[in-house]
Amino acid sequence: MPADKPVVRIENVIKEFGRLRVLDGVGFDVAKGQTVAIVGRSGSGKSTLLRCIAGLETVQGGRIEVCGHDVGKPGTAARAQLRRDVGMVFQSYNLFPHLTVERNITLALTLVKKESRAQARQRAADVLRMVGLTDKIGAYPEQLSGGQQQRVAIARSLALQPQVMLFDEVTSALDPELKTEVLGVMEDLARRGMTMISVTHEMGFARRVADLVVFMHQGKIWESGATDEVFANPRTAEFKQFVSSEL
Amino acid sequence: MSYKFDFAFLADKWPAFVAGAWLTIQLTILAIVLGFVVGTLCAIARVYGQPLLRRLVGAYVEVIRNTPLLIQIFIVYFGLSSLGLKLSAEVSAVIALTVNMGAYTTEIMRAGLQSVQRTQLEAADCLGLTRLQTILHVVLLPAMERVYPALASQGVLLMLASSITSQISTEELTATANLVQSDTYRSFEVYMIVAVVYLALSVLYRVGFWVIGQILFERRRRLGTSL
Amino acid sequence: MIQLSANHLLYLVEAARWTVLLSLIAFVGGGLVGLPLAIMRVSSIGMLRAVASSYIQLVQGTPLLIILFLSYFGLGILGYKLIPLIAAGISLTLYAAAFLGEIWRGCIQAVPRTQWEASDCLGLSRAQQYAYVILPQAVRLATPPTVGFMVQIVKNTSLASVIGFVELARAGQIVNNSTFEPFVIFSAVAAIYFVLCYPLSIAARTLERRAHAGR
Repeated sequence: MPADKPVVRIENVIKEFGRLRVLDGVGFDVAKGQTVAIVGRSGSGKSTLLRCIAGLETVQGGRIEVCGHDVGKPGTAARAQLRRDVGMVFQSYNLFPHLTVERNITLALTLVKKESRAQARQRAADVLRMVGLTDKIGAYPEQLSGGQQQRVAIARSLALQPQVMLFDEVTSALDPELKTEVLGVMEDLARRGMTMISVTHEMGFARRVADLVVFMHQGKIWESGATDEVFANPRTAEFKQFVSSEL
Repeated sequence: MSYKFDFAFLADKWPAFVAGAWLTIQLTILAIVLGFVVGTLCAIARVYGQPLLRRLVGAYVEVIRNTPLLIQIFIVYFGLSSLGLKLSAEVSAVIALTVNMGAYTTEIMRAGLQSVQRTQLEAADCLGLTRLQTILHVVLLPAMERVYPALASQGVLLMLASSITSQISTEELTATANLVQSDTYRSFEVYMIVAVVYLALSVLYRVGFWVIGQILFERRRRLGTSL
Repeated sequence: MIQLSANHLLYLVEAARWTVLLSLIAFVGGGLVGLPLAIMRVSSIGMLRAVASSYIQLVQGTPLLIILFLSYFGLGILGYKLIPLIAAGISLTLYAAAFLGEIWRGCIQAVPRTQWEASDCLGLSRAQQYAYVILPQAVRLATPPTVGFMVQIVKNTSLASVIGFVELARAGQIVNNSTFEPFVIFSAVAAIYFVLCYPLSIAARTLERRAHAGR
């Protein structure tokens, strides 16, 4: 894949739930190594868009390409490839409660990537070191705080070595003290060059870490561009209102 | 009332009771295990399967749960025999008990499967697990753990219901009781003893289920909490 | 060997009336004994709790068939010769009482503690609390599982056939002994039981759903 081809390309995506149109012609590109922050009020369609990129929802119109593959209407082969290329972290962490932290991480490695137990264990140790939770390797999710669980969730996705990481409001369910540890991990990832798309309410994080900001409102993109540019010269009243209400 | 209780017959009749109880245990453990497999497969079909399959399983469950076990046993033993399939009393008993256990287990496991949140399935999906892998590794154990008390109770109920198989001459505990009481005329004593044996078996089965639970559910054993 | 005919089917349906009668006896009897049991189970007097609890555990841990044999053959040997209907009626009543007692105990305990406290503060005696505040609410909670248990009662009446009472299952055996078509006959018997039980099952589910929807 040539270096200048976007990792994620979204073109004119339309998504409906029954008769309700949630995404109305959304489009932007994400280059390799870029960090994108998608912001907006609840109901603006930002989470839905992320889920479409992850292949959890199908689209009725437009096109989504991840690493060169069309994933808007995925067939089984395309889906398997999509799963390898994309890692998703959810607001409610979604760790498997009956498995230890280590097994949570090695499960997909042994079942999907067909790695040996030893290899998988090694990788689990590596990613846990990256998120700073080496000592929790044998614990069960219920023994961890929300922030720790979310960091394990990030590690679990990272272990599969995806091309793109998606974050769906991953700090919204956390107490303020716990948000920093998770945002710290995300910032670290961005610095290491991971391509990231993050739906977030954390304006501070967005301004500091994101290369590209996308503001969504009522299913459409109202502002998009380089972070500093968008925040310095907002073009729409809605965005100005949104920013002031978030602070 | 001038009835004298006389338990003397026990002296030489006790091996019969032991043999009868042993057959009860063998028949019911087999039926519980097979019934669990049948029930789990049907529950998976009911929750994740195609509409036609879901309706078929639904019909199976409704028919079994709304007809008496006695009649189900008669259909398997006498009915199939008249159609050409001659099965022994023990085999018929196991089949009927398995089919019965399967229907009740389907409902219990269905509730268990549905208790696993959708988000767990999405997470597994995003990690690249196939449907089958997700069911096996992410859904099945937590589902079982949540409904385990109901499963254990159903197992004990099945053991008690196995007394009905005495009606097709399976030589289990109740049939043994009938035999001994017709020999000795000590009806009251015989049935009292057998009632106590069934009570003891109930306790034994509950303990057995508890032990299995401790083995299967590692997290519960280590942490002592419930999901 | 006699040919299977429509008359045989009619005989089965008529025997089903006895099934219904025995079911009603068991339900009413079981209810009359079960309600005191349930109240005893939640009583503050330890002795009452123990007695009720022991009874329930004893009955629930014994196969119904053994209880039937105890009351028919057992009592017979003791000098009390009961006709099958009475023996079956007593056995099923004792059996149903244990299970209904458990179900209703659960429903009484499900009535929020605050209802007890509020009625206590209003000065009602224990009996009055039960009669006017607790039981009416418990009844609403108890209806779905009680209707569900009725299905068990109807199915359990089939065991009365073993001590000779001619209800539906026995009628099936009688017809089978003269026509030797067990598959057809017992399938027909099963179908009649299904017709009796299925509506009750549906009713129980509907009541359960409605109870949850209201919350």
